[in-house]
Amino acid sequence: MADPNKPKAERGVMRWVDDRFPATQMWQEHLSRYYAPKNFNVWYFFGSLALLVLVNQILTGIWLTMSFNPSAEGAFASVEYIMRDVEWGWLIRYMHSTGASAFFIVVYLHMFRGLLYGSYRAPRELVWIFGMAIYLALMAEAFMGYLLPWGQMSYWGAQVIISLFSAIPGIGPDLAQWIRGDYLISGITLNRFFALHVVALPIVILALVVLHIIALHEVGSNNPDGIDIKARKDESGRPLDGIPFHPYYTVKDLVGVAVFLFVFCGVIFYFPEGGGYFLEKPNFEPADPLKTPDHIAPVWYFTPFYAILRAITFSLFGLEAKFLGVLCMGAAIAVLFVLPWLDRSRVRSIRYKGWVSKLMLALFAASFVTLGVLGVLPPTTARTALAQLCTVIYFAFFLLMPFYSRWEKTKPVPERVTGR
Amino acid sequence: MKTRLLALLLMLLPTLGFAAGDGVHLREMTPDLRDRASLQRGMKLFVNYCMGCHSLQYQRFSRAAEDLDMPRDLVEDNLIFSSGLGFNDQMRSAMSADDGEGWFGAAPPDLTLEARLRGSDWIYSYLLGFYRDPSRPTGVNNRVFPLVAMPNVLEPLQGVQEKVCAASEHPAEGAEIDPLTGKYQSCEVLKVTRPGAMAPEGFEGAVYDLTNFLAYVGEPSRLKAEALAPKVLIFILIFGVIAYLLKREYWRDIH
Repeated sequence: MADPNKPKAERGVMRWVDDRFPATQMWQEHLSRYYAPKNFNVWYFFGSLALLVLVNQILTGIWLTMSFNPSAEGAFASVEYIMRDVEWGWLIRYMHSTGASAFFIVVYLHMFRGLLYGSYRAPRELVWIFGMAIYLALMAEAFMGYLLPWGQMSYWGAQVIISLFSAIPGIGPDLAQWIRGDYLISGITLNRFFALHVVALPIVILALVVLHIIALHEVGSNNPDGIDIKARKDESGRPLDGIPFHPYYTVKDLVGVAVFLFVFCGVIFYFPEGGGYFLEKPNFEPADPLKTPDHIAPVWYFTPFYAILRAITFSLFGLEAKFLGVLCMGAAIAVLFVLPWLDRSRVRSIRYKGWVSKLMLALFAASFVTLGVLGVLPPTTARTALAQLCTVIYFAFFLLMPFYSRWEKTKPVPERVTGR
Repeated sequence: MKTRLLALLLMLLPTLGFAAGDGVHLREMTPDLRDRASLQRGMKLFVNYCMGCHSLQYQRFSRAAEDLDMPRDLVEDNLIFSSGLGFNDQMRSAMSADDGEGWFGAAPPDLTLEARLRGSDWIYSYLLGFYRDPSRPTGVNNRVFPLVAMPNVLEPLQGVQEKVCAASEHPAEGAEIDPLTGKYQSCEVLKVTRPGAMAPEGFEGAVYDLTNFLAYVGEPSRLKAEALAPKVLIFILIFGVIAYLLKREYWRDIH
C-alpha cells in the first residue's frame, strides 16, 4: 500500500500522520528539498509577494463580507457603515482596496520578470500559461469587485466594460444583457457580481495558483541567467547551483515581505485613495443610473488595455471600430498566452540576448506604461495618435519576436550561474 | 525601475491639477484635523446653518462627540435640535428629499462624503464664492458652481457679496497683473458691499472651520489611522531588520 521509499518521520505524531498522509514528503518536495537557483535577484520577490497579497485579499474579503450588504439599496451605505461603525472596519476596507492595486503592481512586476529572464520558455510553458490564467481570473475578480461599493465610478465603469461585449456582431447585445441579468446594470448585476467575486472566482484563482506552483516545482525555477541548474549536479543528485527553498528563500522572502509591508502600510495609513487612482473620487458618490460622470476611466490596472481599445478609431474589413477595438484588446491579452512559442532565441535570459531583444523589451515596457497613462486621460487627437503608436509597438514586440529573437546575435551563456 | 516610476508619477501630475480645477481656480484649503476647536466650531456652524437641508447620513453625533472631545450632555443640549434625533443617531436633516426637490428643484445632496468627492479646496471656495445676482431665483449665483440652486445661507454672517471691478491679490480672479501694485485688475472680484455679522477675515475663518469639519466627516478614521501608522511602521521596520539579519546568517555559507 504505502511506498516504502517515501520520506517519513522517524517516530511520533508526524510518523502517524506520514503513514496516512504524505506530509513530510510534501514538505520536502516543495520546501526543504526543492532546489532553487542561488542567484535570484530582487525581481524574484514578487511571486511570494503575490501570494501574500492573495492571502490579504482573502482574509480581509471574508471580514468585509460579514458587514457588506450586496443590494443596490444598501451596498453604498454598508461600505460607509464598515468605514465608520464596524470596529477596525476602515482598516480592513483599506487593506482590501489598496490590496487590489498592490496585487496588480506585484503581478505586473512578476510578469515582467518572466519577460526579462525568459521564464516562459520550455519547459516552463505551462507555468506561464497557468500564470496568465491567474492574471485573467484576477482581472475578472477585480472588475467584479469594483462594482460592489456601488459608487458612480463602480457603476459607470462596469457599464462601459460590459457594453464592450455588445460590440460583438450578432450576439453582442444579448450577451451583454445576459451578463448584466437586466437591461441595464442593476441590483441583479450587483448580486451576481458579488457571488462571483466572493465565491466562484476566488476558488478558480486558488486552484490556478496551486497548478502554477505544482507546474513550477515539477520543472524547477528559472533564474536571471536563464540556464538549467539541473544540468550540473553533485554525487547526491543535488544541483550544484541550487539551494533548498527552505530555509534560504523563506528567510530571504521575509526581507522582501518586510519591505513590501512597509510601503503597503504607508499607503493604507497615509494615502489610501492612492491620489485618486486606488479609490477614485467619483466613487464617493452613490451610483446614479441617470447621471453620467464627465469622465469615465477604468481603474489604473486596466488602463493599458482600455487605451488599446480606444486607439482603434477606424473601421476595417467591414468591422466596426468599437468591435475592432474589443478584438485588439482581447488580442493584446491573448498574445501573452502564446509567448512561449514566439520566442525563438537560443538563450532564455535578456542578459545574453542581442540588442534587438533588449530594445524591443524596453520599447514594449515603455509603451505599456504610456498606454496605462493614456487610458486614464480623456482622449485628444494627439493622445489617440500616441496610443496608436504604442499599440503598434505592443503588438510588434510579440509578433516580430519569432524573427528578431532568432536572427539576432546572442552572447555566450555561462555554464554556471553568475551570482549577480 | 525607480526612475520609471518617477517618470510615470511626473507624467500624471498635470492631470491631478486638471481633475480638481474644472476651469475655475480654487482657493487652497488644507484641513487640520488636530485642531479640535476649529472642528467643534465647524460642527456648530453645520448644525445651525446647513443641517436644515443637508444630512450627514453616515455620521453619528456620538462619533463626532468622541472624536472631537465633546461631552455628551453638551452635544445633546447644543447640537441636536430635532426631537426625533438622539445622541447615537446619524446627523439626518429634518427636511425630506421630496420637499427639497419641490422647493429647490433638486434635493440637497448628502454631505458626508462631499470633502472626499470634491475636495476641501472646492468646498472652501464654493462657500466663499456666492455673489449677488438678481437674475437668480435665490438672488445669488456662485463662482465655483454657476447657477447653483442653493441660496447663500451664510449671508447673515458674511454680508452681501457682489462682483465688482477692483484690484485683487488672488490670481484666481482671472485678470492681468498690474505692474505697479502687483495686484490683479479685474471686474470679477468678489467684495462684501454690505457687512454681515462677521468681518471678512472672520468669515473666512468660519468657512475654514466648516470645511475642516466636513473634511473630518468625510473620513473620521483619518486621525486614528495617522495615530496608528508610526507604531505599525516601526514594528515592520524592526521585523525587517531581524529578517535581514536572519537572512544574512543563513546565507553566510552560500557562495
